[in-house]
Amino acid sequence: MTPTTAGVLFVLSLAVALAAVHRPFGDHLFRVVSGRRHSRVERAVYRLVGVDPAAEQSWGGYARSVLAFSAVSVLALYGLLRLQDHLWLSLGFDAVVPHGAWNTAVSFATNTNWQWYAGESTMGHLAQMSGLAVQNFVSAAVGLAVAVALLRGFARSRTGDLGNFWVDLTRITVRVLLPLSVLGALALMIGGTVQNLSTGTEVTTLTGGGQTITGGPVASQEAIKLLGTNGGGFSNVNSAHPFANPTTWTNWLQVYLLLLIPFSLPRVFGRLVGQPRQGHAIVAVMAVLAVTSVALTTVFELSGQGTVPQAVGAALEGKEVRFDVSNSATFAAATTLTSTGAVNSFHDSYTALGGMMTMVNMMLGEVAPGGVGAGLYGLLVLAVITVFVAGLMVGRTPEYVGKKIGTREIQYASLYVLVTPALVLVGAAAAVATGNDSTALNVGPHALSEVLYAFTSASSNNGSAFAGITVNTPWWNTALGLCMLLGRYLPIVFVLALAGALARQRPVPVSEGTLPTHRPLFVGMVVGVTVILVALTFLPALALGPLAEGL
Amino acid sequence: MRLPTWLAPHLAALRALLVLTALLGLAYPLALVAVGRLPGLAGKADGSLVTVDGVPVGSTLLGQSFTDAEGNPVPRYFQSRPSAAGDGYDPTATAASNLGPESVVDTTATDPADATPSLLTRVCQRSRAVGERDGVDGRRPYCTPDGVGAVLAVFRRDGLTGPATRVVSVNQVPPATPFLTSYEGVPVELAQPGRDYVAAGGLVTPIRGDAPAQPAVPADAVTASGSGLDPHISPAYAGIQVDRVARARGADPAAVRRLVARHTSGRSLGFLGAPTVNVLELNIALDRHLPAR
Repeated sequence: MTPTTAGVLFVLSLAVALAAVHRPFGDHLFRVVSGRRHSRVERAVYRLVGVDPAAEQSWGGYARSVLAFSAVSVLALYGLLRLQDHLWLSLGFDAVVPHGAWNTAVSFATNTNWQWYAGESTMGHLAQMSGLAVQNFVSAAVGLAVAVALLRGFARSRTGDLGNFWVDLTRITVRVLLPLSVLGALALMIGGTVQNLSTGTEVTTLTGGGQTITGGPVASQEAIKLLGTNGGGFSNVNSAHPFANPTTWTNWLQVYLLLLIPFSLPRVFGRLVGQPRQGHAIVAVMAVLAVTSVALTTVFELSGQGTVPQAVGAALEGKEVRFDVSNSATFAAATTLTSTGAVNSFHDSYTALGGMMTMVNMMLGEVAPGGVGAGLYGLLVLAVITVFVAGLMVGRTPEYVGKKIGTREIQYASLYVLVTPALVLVGAAAAVATGNDSTALNVGPHALSEVLYAFTSASSNNGSAFAGITVNTPWWNTALGLCMLLGRYLPIVFVLALAGALARQRPVPVSEGTLPTHRPLFVGMVVGVTVILVALTFLPALALGPLAEGL
Repeated sequence: MRLPTWLAPHLAALRALLVLTALLGLAYPLALVAVGRLPGLAGKADGSLVTVDGVPVGSTLLGQSFTDAEGNPVPRYFQSRPSAAGDGYDPTATAASNLGPESVVDTTATDPADATPSLLTRVCQRSRAVGERDGVDGRRPYCTPDGVGAVLAVFRRDGLTGPATRVVSVNQVPPATPFLTSYEGVPVELAQPGRDYVAAGGLVTPIRGDAPAQPAVPADAVTASGSGLDPHISPAYAGIQVDRVARARGADPAAVRRLVARHTSGRSLGFLGAPTVNVLELNIALDRHLPAR
């Protein structure tokens, strides 16, 4: 079998396995977010938290709960990192420096998991499992909860009620993320991923050198890192580390886990609005964009353009032998199409155009399929914009799944779409203007790519990096922390406001003038709007970075 | 006492975080640590340690350097890939090089300790070293015969256009010999250490040369992995090392080749990943079956 055939089979098998669970798993998620009964564990949690699970929240109440929970998360994680040297299992590491602790606290609470540090030499086991991994769970649950609130906005009418954040948070965690993480972690452990509390084992190698075999609760953290589209690695080299991702089949499983929830969520949308075909259209948009991107990334990497890949004979720098070029490229595309940001190979050493694809994936808004929850609400916002644009073109009233897209709705959608590009472009410009781009490892256009990648990754809550750039400085940690914070919570507030506006409306009956939003034409239009919005916004910046390098 | 309304969600948030931390941050990972103690899983959960005569010598999942105290490759062992983790294969400092596809111009300096080679030069140096060690052709495209990146800084009359006025081989410093005598009729100069010819306006021009497109030294032998801990090499890289290892051990090359074949894994399920050779396992097997005489 040629490497190319093997690579194609890798992608096909993932697609088949995702399609096979789309319906059953999507239906499970639907029951989780729409059921009325509470398990004993959940009732215990509500009692401890002190909330009434039957109480409904308005969009404002829901947003205040999300923001309060996130604020407390950031502060608690900041405290844990600053105090880790006084706690157990610190492995002798110092307290994390203030600007670094701020960056990491924001990074993990916002589902970004950008890492300025090397885990194996900065974070003790307690900080990893009780600080970082907890945020892996709850930040994913927050994203999914916000998406569910938006879906309720479409599904409900003449009401201010969008559900209860605390109930959504608890149910998603207890019924979806935790059981699947246990299964995922067990599978990874069977593959060889470590799971212990070792402080390191000194060995003498065959030739008499020394090597420290590191340990830690890695499998438990890896599983939720992928399932929750978080991406923060236990160690510096993330999923390239043989202790995190030991075999070629664990690599397949890792890609599968990170795509599983985002690709199943459109089913929940279809079920909640009572028209499964609307969900099919959304998943089709995701699939078209994802397949195109995976194909392009893989082709660019396999073709190995560029001076160094030509000298080497393959784009193998920064890639593991066991994953080869194609399985690495597929991972890279999947991790940037979602908001994961885990890496099994180093994007900085990719071919210019292959590296550009990872950036373009994030710039698309991470909607194909995007992060847990965040991908679905991002794509629904783009669908709203598409019906508006289409309505303008053909003179029809813009409507989407029975809701009018009026002035207020389109204002919220537009604000949503503007946040990330504004943060990326202003941030990258500020870095260059203040000379902080000088910490880039590479030179020329590739140095700009490193800066642009950093701000794209932070602002769209991805967390992967062109990792050559040194970002452990007060300026970088502060600036990227702000981008992560604003890039997460501004869109969430706009989405919840949109949900509130939609829920208040009375449903519009389908008429002759309604644009069908479940046909291939609409799918094509959403794809077009997504790509054009990105192309118009980011092309000039890309032209100075990866395009200048690659063409 | 009535709490202010803004405080209520924050208190709920604090309580929720504490409850969830107990469940997700302690119960969940520690339960899995306990599961990892089960027979059959314990070896893997602890890092797949491998022992020789009862003493752990490493992990089958982690590569290691097979070099002597001075860092020179030990000929009787198969060599791992280049590593960017610490001084090489250091699990406490895992890293990739992160150098880009157009990292082709070295930072030269009067004191060689201050110089930083580009990725291209690293590739060329490694290829040349492996070629010499294993007796194969170490030439590669874009590499000079003396094993650095074959890159010119071309100064043109009108900046980006016009005839060449001055040409410098940027990665070659005295006493080297320029890899080209002239370019577009202009004699090629050597670089002066510490000078930045790109900043001075020279156009970076890599020269392909006449090396074969598929060099004898395989790609994985000249590139650093993502983790810096890659436990594998390609069967091709193992193949070119067989004769040297056999010679150093006074063994029959065919016997070494058989051991390599036994430690070569194909793609899992026929399509996942790439064929690999686990270097540490192979070297341990060599010591057991074909000890150096």
